[in-house]
Amino acid sequence: MISGKNFEDVNETKEHKSHADLAERFNRDEDRVNWHDKTLWFIREKRDKAAWQLPDWEKLRETASQIKHNVLSNLYDYLLAFEKNAQTNGATVHWASTPEEHNQIVHSIIQKHGVTNIVKSKSMLTEECHMNDYLQARGINVVDTDLGERIVQLAGEPPSHIVLPCIHWKKEEIGELFSEHLGTPKGNADPQFLTAAARQHLREKFMTSKLAITGVNFAVAETGEFVVCTNEGNADLGVQLADVHIACMGIEKIIPQRKHLGVFLRLLARSATGQPITTYSSHFKKPRPGQELHIVLLDNGRSERLGSEDFRNALKCIRCGACFNTCPVYRRSGGHSYHNAVAGPIGSILAPGLDMKHYADLPFASTLCGSCSNVCPVKIDIHDQLYKWRQVIVQQGYAPGGKKIAMQGMTAVLSDPNIFRRAGAFGRWIMRYLPFLVNNPLNPWYKQRNMPEAPAQSFRKWYSKNRKNHG
Amino acid sequence: MKVALFVPCYIDQFYPQVAIATLELLEKLKVSVHFPERQTCCGQPMANSGFEHLTQPCNDLFIENFSGYDYIVSPSGSCVLHIKDHLHGNETEAAAIRSRTYELTEFLTDVLQVKQLDATFSHKVGLHQSCHGQRGLKIAQMSELVAPGFSKSESLLKMVRGVELISLNRKDECCGFGGTFCVSEEAVSAKMGKDRVTDHLQHGADYITGSDMSCLMHLEGILKRQKSAVKVVHIAEILNA
Repeated sequence: MISGKNFEDVNETKEHKSHADLAERFNRDEDRVNWHDKTLWFIREKRDKAAWQLPDWEKLRETASQIKHNVLSNLYDYLLAFEKNAQTNGATVHWASTPEEHNQIVHSIIQKHGVTNIVKSKSMLTEECHMNDYLQARGINVVDTDLGERIVQLAGEPPSHIVLPCIHWKKEEIGELFSEHLGTPKGNADPQFLTAAARQHLREKFMTSKLAITGVNFAVAETGEFVVCTNEGNADLGVQLADVHIACMGIEKIIPQRKHLGVFLRLLARSATGQPITTYSSHFKKPRPGQELHIVLLDNGRSERLGSEDFRNALKCIRCGACFNTCPVYRRSGGHSYHNAVAGPIGSILAPGLDMKHYADLPFASTLCGSCSNVCPVKIDIHDQLYKWRQVIVQQGYAPGGKKIAMQGMTAVLSDPNIFRRAGAFGRWIMRYLPFLVNNPLNPWYKQRNMPEAPAQSFRKWYSKNRKNHG
Repeated sequence: MKVALFVPCYIDQFYPQVAIATLELLEKLKVSVHFPERQTCCGQPMANSGFEHLTQPCNDLFIENFSGYDYIVSPSGSCVLHIKDHLHGNETEAAAIRSRTYELTEFLTDVLQVKQLDATFSHKVGLHQSCHGQRGLKIAQMSELVAPGFSKSESLLKMVRGVELISLNRKDECCGFGGTFCVSEEAVSAKMGKDRVTDHLQHGADYITGSDMSCLMHLEGILKRQKSAVKVVHIAEILNA
C-alpha cells in the first residue's frame, strides 16, 4: 500500500458518492489540498505567461471558436469527407454509436490479428469507453505508454486530469509505486531516475507489441489525416513499431482543413501546460506498406448534444485542461471527486448529457465564478452551461427533495414584502437572543465560519425612520 | 435623474450600514435616491440553485418596485448581474430595468464619472474582486484575458485619502461563497475562503474590501473563526468614510 494515497477514494467513486462528499474527503488532508492547488495554479500561471507572449491571443481564441462553430454546423458533411479521404489514404473507418460498440470494434480488430499485448498512447476517449477494463476482461493486456497514465494504471486508478493524469500523485509516492511494480530502489524519488526506469520498462512493451492504439487530437476533413499531440513521443513509437494502428476519436474532433492546425496547435499546448507547442505533433495519414490503419469514430451522445442549442458548444472542446487548472473548486477537490472520465468544469457540462441522474451533482460543483469560460481556448460558455444544466436537472426531478422544499419556502418568503420583513426581524431576533439555534453543528456554514452578527434593525427600518419623509 | 436604491435582501437584514453608506455616498454626490420599500430579493439564490422556474413572483415584484426609474443602483455585483441576465416578466419593463441597473462602482465610474471623492480611510486595504462583478459585469479586467488591465473599484479606492492598497498573490481568485454552494459544498467553500483570507493576511491587510457583501460575509465568517483582528468592509463604506 502506498502511503499518503487513499485508494478507497476510487472505489467509493464507483459506488457513486457525490462530488461534495468526495471533495470533503479530499479536504481532510489540508496539506495535500494546498499542494494540489499550488501545483495546478503554477500551470495556470505558465499558461498566462505563454498566452501573453502572443499579442493576438484573444483573436486566436475567437478564430478557433468560429472554426469549431463552422465544424459543428457542418459536421455531417465534414465527417463524410473525412471518411472518404481517409479511405482513399488506405485507412479503414469504423463508426460506433455507443462505448460498447466502440470497444467491440477495437476488440474484433485485436482478435483478427491474434494479439494479446497492446500499447496505447493517451486517449481520454478510451477512458470514456472504459476500454482498458473491457479488453482486459477479454484477456488483452493493455499498457498505457504515457508516463502519467502508466502511473495511474499501475496504481489501479483512473486519471484525475485529462492532460495531467497523475497530477494528484507526489513524486515520493511515485517512487514507492515504481519500487513495488518496477523494482526501483526503495526511497528513490528522483524524477529523472524514475522517468529513466519508466522508459526502460516501457521500451520492452513497445518492442513486443504488434498493435498500437492512439487517440486523436485533430482529424482533418480535407485530407483524411489526423494529428496526435504528445510530449513523450509515445504515440509515434507505438505506431511505428506496430503492424496495426487503431486511432480512436470522438466525432467532434474534426477540423475542416490542414491550415487550421496553425490555429489549434498554437492554442492547445499553451492552454494546457504553457508550452508553445507539444514536443511531438505527429501527423498520420497512410498506413506504411504492410501496416493496417483503423480509425474508430464514436458518437456516444455527441450527435444528441449537437441538437441542443444550449449545450452544443461543449463539443468545441479540444481537451486542453485549462479549465481544470484555473478552477478553484477543481484545484481543491481533486479530479476523482468528479467520478467521471473527464473531470473539472468541462466534465461537469459533458457528463450530465451522458447520464443526468448519475452526474446530477456535477453542475453544482462550481461557484459560477466564470474563470473557466475565459481561459477556454475555444471560448465555450462553460459557466453559463453549468447554470443551464442546474435548471434542467431540477426540472427533470433530480434535485434532492429537501432542497426543493427549502427553495419553495425561500420563494414564499422572498416574494412577499410583508412575510420577508417579519421573517427578517424574526431571524435577526433569534440570532441575537438565541444564537445557539444557528451556531451549532447542524448548520454547515457554522462548521468553519462564524455567522454574521445580527443588527438590531434592518436597513428598511432605518430608512423609514431617517429618510422616508425627507425625500 | 430618478435613482432607485436596490438593497440586496441579506444587506437589508444583516449589513444595513452598507446600504446606509451607499445612500449617503450617492446623496453626497448630489444624487436624489429613493428606496422602494416593497423590494425583497432578486431571486438569485433560487435561480443559481436550479430553481429559476420558481423566481417569477420575485421578478414580478422587482419589476413592480423598480419600473420608471432612470437608474437602479445596488451595492452588489452579484445581484445586479442576476437582474441583468435573468430578469423576465413584462418584457418592456424588464428590458428597461435590465439596461438601467448598475452596480455601485460602475454607476460612480460610468454614469456619474466621479473623478474625486472627499473621503479618508487610513488603513492597509486588500481588494477582493468578486467574480460576478469582475467577470460578469466587467468592473475590472480579469487575469484570464490577454487584455489591458483596469479596475473601477481600485480607481475609486485610490481617490480616498489614506488608503494603502496591498497587492495579492492571486488578484482575482474566487472566495468560494457561491450562493448555496457555501453550504452544499461546505468543505471546498470554506477552504477557498481560508485561502483567500490567507492571501490578504500575508500581505498585511487591515481590511478586506469589495463590492459584494456576500463574498465579504463569507470571508468575515472565516476571519472571526480565526479570531483575526482583520475586518471586512464594503467598498461603499470606504468611499463614504
